Amino acid sequence: MSEQEKLQEFEARIARGEKIEPGDWMPEEYRKQLIRMISQHAHSEIVGMLPEGAWITRAPTLRRKITLLAKVQDEGGHGQYLYHAAETLGATRAEMIDALLTGKAKYASVFNYPSLTWADMGMIGWLVDGAAIMNQTMLAHCSYGPYSRAMVRICTEETFHKKQGMEQVIKYARGTPPQKAMVQDALNRWWWPVLMMFGPHDSNSPNSAQLIRWGVKTKTNDELRQEFINKTAPDLQLLGLKIPDPALHYDEASDNWISGEIDWDEFWRVVKGDGPCNKERLAARRDAHENGAWVREALNAYAERFEGEG
Amino acid sequence: MPNNSLANKILSVADDSFILGHRNSEWAGHAPILEEDIAFANIALDELGHAQLWYELYQELTGAEPDRVIFFRSAAEWRNTQLVELPKGDWAFSMTRQFLFDVYENVSLERLVHSTNPRVQEIATKIRTEEIYHLRHTSNWVKRLGLGTDESHARMQRALDELWTYALQLFVPLENERELIAENVVPDLGILRDAWQEKTVTHLSASGLQIPENIDSVPNLRAEHTEHLAELLQDLQQVARSEKFGVEW
Repeated sequence: MSEQEKLQEFEARIARGEKIEPGDWMPEEYRKQLIRMISQHAHSEIVGMLPEGAWITRAPTLRRKITLLAKVQDEGGHGQYLYHAAETLGATRAEMIDALLTGKAKYASVFNYPSLTWADMGMIGWLVDGAAIMNQTMLAHCSYGPYSRAMVRICTEETFHKKQGMEQVIKYARGTPPQKAMVQDALNRWWWPVLMMFGPHDSNSPNSAQLIRWGVKTKTNDELRQEFINKTAPDLQLLGLKIPDPALHYDEASDNWISGEIDWDEFWRVVKGDGPCNKERLAARRDAHENGAWVREALNAYAERFEGEG
Repeated sequence: MPNNSLANKILSVADDSFILGHRNSEWAGHAPILEEDIAFANIALDELGHAQLWYELYQELTGAEPDRVIFFRSAAEWRNTQLVELPKGDWAFSMTRQFLFDVYENVSLERLVHSTNPRVQEIATKIRTEEIYHLRHTSNWVKRLGLGTDESHARMQRALDELWTYALQLFVPLENERELIAENVVPDLGILRDAWQEKTVTHLSASGLQIPENIDSVPNLRAEHTEHLAELLQDLQQVARSEKFGVEW
């Protein structure tokens, strides 16, 4: 079969709704795009452990402490699962981690914003996990088998995280005056970064069209973003919280909540590494990696000396 | 009052598990390998879960709610050993501490499952299975780091030298603990110490590590703490104490 015929057969399989599996023929560009997306997704889980991890020691009840630690642990588990999914495409964990630590690979920009108060734990759970779920629910239908199955599994856990987050936001929005102020402040700071999680405007999203044709994505960034706003804005307002967007309004004709314009300068600045916490987040990952070097060396040395002795 | 001695004992057990779980949770997101971000967080979760069960029993005995006990007590009121409040240190330090504590919990739990107090027996039975896994996990780490490289060996030896005396505080009896031993509610700490010593020495030696010979004075009272506990509590309690006890979070 010529390359052209292989490509036609590949696209026909996707059109029939078949899943592409690790050993199957795939265009190099498909492999590359998937490694980029899956490893970026894995890195997001790993870096995402940091803003919430910082509050485990300060959680205000034993139950909150246990659920937050469990959530951060879940994120580590998702990262591990996703690295394995990317490995099925020929990437290695060492390469991927190196790309993260040297700043070559991206991760979700939203984690470059600081978590400043306890109410951020609720807001991150509801909005950040909520936005991630929209994206991941779409990716659960993606054409690459291992990624699609990973998404099904991860979404189930994320749904719990979102529920825990909502429960907190609802409680604080109806709580004491300081709790109300804290949760409003959290919304003020997280609303726009969360909308940015869906990526650039469709007109500035160069990979989207091909990814849709190959069944990796089934919706565009703007479609997902709109779905998220429609789903979230009324609930937040119902709680008496004020969304920090004076232009936000309901449009009856389209049945959409229309938001004001995202600050795209800020978006690109943070994506390119100049957000409030980019340096701290990468430094924390590098420290963990460097401080752990002697541990990994010891594990290798032990394995070389004693492997096979049972 | 035997009930009072039991409450004191249960509080000390709960506080040890809680503070250790709290310290270990600081590794989440910062462990040397991703697999340990997951596994060590799991051990921390188990310790917090066990603390919860013991605090619930403490509440049955005294009426004090767990969240009040955890978030509204000052350092001098805590009854954990100094061993668990020390900062997490490097990976060798955290692993060695967890290993020494796991062996203690194992020798203790295998006797507590026969406690004459049905609630103690019930909780010990629930916890014991998980503790067996902890010990398996930390034993493997001690061996790998003890026998790995010169550096890992040196770090493990240093950790052990530092921690050994602190660990011995686990075997200092509380006031009136004799009553509980006489009624077979809890095991004799002297017996536990012998069993602990035998198991730790065997495994540490097989891992190439020397048992420290010079033993500093063992902290005697669980009301006495290092300066690290006050710092830990400041972090732990700051959000909870921004409101009165009873406000829901």
